[in-house]
Amino acid sequence: MSEPLSYLGVPLARPKVGFFELSSCEGCQLQLLNNEATLLDFLNLVEIVNFREGMSERADTYDIAFVEGSVTRKDEIARLTEIRKNAKILVALGSCACFGGVNQLKNRFRDLDWVKKEVYGDFPIETMEVHPLKDFVQVDLEIFGCPIKKEEVERIVTDLVVGKAVHHPEYPVCMECKANENICLFELGEPCLGPVTRAGCDSWCTSNRRGCWGCRGPAEGANLKQLEEIMHTYGFSSETILDRLECFGGFASFADAVRSPSPNKKTTARRKKS
Amino acid sequence: MKLSCEVNVHHLTRVEGHGNINISIKNGVVKKAQWEVIETPRFFEAMLVGKHWENAPYICGRICGICSIGHTLASIRAVENAFGITPSTQTANLRLLLKHMETLQSHILHLYFLAAPDFLGVGSVLPLAKTHPEVVQRALRLKLLANDACDIIGGRRLHPTRTVVGGFTMLPEKGELEKIRQRLMASVPDLLASAELFKTFAIPDFTRETEFVSLKGETNYPFIGGGLVSTDGVVKKEHEYRAMTNEYCKKGFTSKLSKLSRPSFAVGALARLNNNFALLHPTAREISKFLGLVPVNHNPYMSNVAQLVECVQVVLDSVQLIDALLGSPWQEARQPVKAKQGEGVGAVEVPRGILYHYYKFDKDGKVIKADCVIPTSQNHANILHDIEALASQYAKTGKKDREIELLAEMLVRAYDPCISCSVH
Repeated sequence: MSEPLSYLGVPLARPKVGFFELSSCEGCQLQLLNNEATLLDFLNLVEIVNFREGMSERADTYDIAFVEGSVTRKDEIARLTEIRKNAKILVALGSCACFGGVNQLKNRFRDLDWVKKEVYGDFPIETMEVHPLKDFVQVDLEIFGCPIKKEEVERIVTDLVVGKAVHHPEYPVCMECKANENICLFELGEPCLGPVTRAGCDSWCTSNRRGCWGCRGPAEGANLKQLEEIMHTYGFSSETILDRLECFGGFASFADAVRSPSPNKKTTARRKKS
Repeated sequence: MKLSCEVNVHHLTRVEGHGNINISIKNGVVKKAQWEVIETPRFFEAMLVGKHWENAPYICGRICGICSIGHTLASIRAVENAFGITPSTQTANLRLLLKHMETLQSHILHLYFLAAPDFLGVGSVLPLAKTHPEVVQRALRLKLLANDACDIIGGRRLHPTRTVVGGFTMLPEKGELEKIRQRLMASVPDLLASAELFKTFAIPDFTRETEFVSLKGETNYPFIGGGLVSTDGVVKKEHEYRAMTNEYCKKGFTSKLSKLSRPSFAVGALARLNNNFALLHPTAREISKFLGLVPVNHNPYMSNVAQLVECVQVVLDSVQLIDALLGSPWQEARQPVKAKQGEGVGAVEVPRGILYHYYKFDKDGKVIKADCVIPTSQNHANILHDIEALASQYAKTGKKDREIELLAEMLVRAYDPCISCSVH
């Protein structure tokens, strides 16, 4: 279980690793436990010193901090700042940490009081506009996805441990989907952001005939205008496109461009479709 | 003898989400016994307002990282009930099989990774890999089987891809189901070994009479839809879930809480088992008796045992479901969906208890109102009352702070709380 590891003949230090969560479903952390076949090898690679969901021991210093979730309450800013201070490398784990994730869907209502009242009535509850980690601290590495793909995380962590540079694919999910020889979902009547979303998931959803909702954010040079035209040609409405663009926050600026006035009538009107 | 005690657990470990335990005993008198839920709310019910119906299962599945399949299925059921869609037998069987595999995955995760370390005197599963390698390997084998099955049926073990309103985007290969069937059969010795292991655990001797709420099965141990029942004799229909949950807010909780006939009630494996013991598979029932669990059991620590019994139940039932699926040719994976104005409720027994999703749609199928009542939020008041009773029971026994702290932690863990889910 804890034999010394080496890479190209050079012994490897096992970095101390901590896992932390802000507002999230904690699914990205669970994804790591969800890799039963390689879990014990993975645990051999690093020394986990902080993983509240899985262990009682806690430590205040760590080489790598993986932070899941987005910032949705003031006290989370302080927690995040503290984690940043204690970590050499801070990794944003999953779409909530990278872009705000599904949590940021509430940001489309400009009136936070309405949001609170809709769920809690008059009971006082504290919240704020949802932010990704990078709005408050320096993020050294982003791991995209809702959920994260465990194989990808293991590759990235291995690269980090052996000191290799970490690269994300620049091409879109569409390329992986084609390589997996799937029928194009547009032909099956299913809307899809595959042509504009960053690859790396091995076309996880589209290989299961579920259109891409863009959880990994935009690929380099994503041509949204073209995608919109194509989707309109296939008969998908702007609302259908917007539902996907705004779901995880990675396409926030693109979503603004297609957004019609917000569904909450009390809020101020959003920018009209350009 | 020391009759004073201070327990302050900030961000309890080995549970999903953030909760605190505070106990203060002075000279044998309980001054304070609290369970606090401080998780940040995410406002899923507000997020959905104005959204087209197809968003609901996709977004609501993301309430929870452990039971995303259960949330997705409850959401789909609520939408289908609102639109008057009845799933085909094939879809219903596949969904139940998927649900079973999530139950197995979640229960094994809880029993071996979150609960067992307490009984074996360690802080996590990590040291067990050295001291009890066969135990960890067994847990991983069972979890891997359940997760592989979820991948094959739902497309993905977490935030499933194939589950949609009307059915599935794609069906599994029959050969894959056949292999899962073989692995399920081969897992029975692992489950029996698990029962032997849990038989050796010293379950704390603590009971507090409470009310247990769950689905009521008619011919089968219930998981998806049907009538609601409580051990105090309350019987309601699925769409009357609000009368069963009576949600309210309370200081110290960012989650809502529930009550029914008493100040608190419990949901989960123990509640399901207490209400549906006669419907268990005979083998599961035998194992339940072997582990000393016979209804109505009021020891919350026995929830662990109830989960183990349910592992046996879902494995044996899954074999029968696969036989039914393999026994007939594949029908269409998905039926067409026509949105209509109206409202619908979906009640599903997820690993931690009964979950309700409710939506109201306008004529275009857009969400006007959404409501999700989570198992752990229904359990919070019961956990709170249990901690009070636990503190009282041990106030005069002179136990050390750490002993009481551990008992309180184990108590909360026995509920397998999914706190971020409960706040959502």
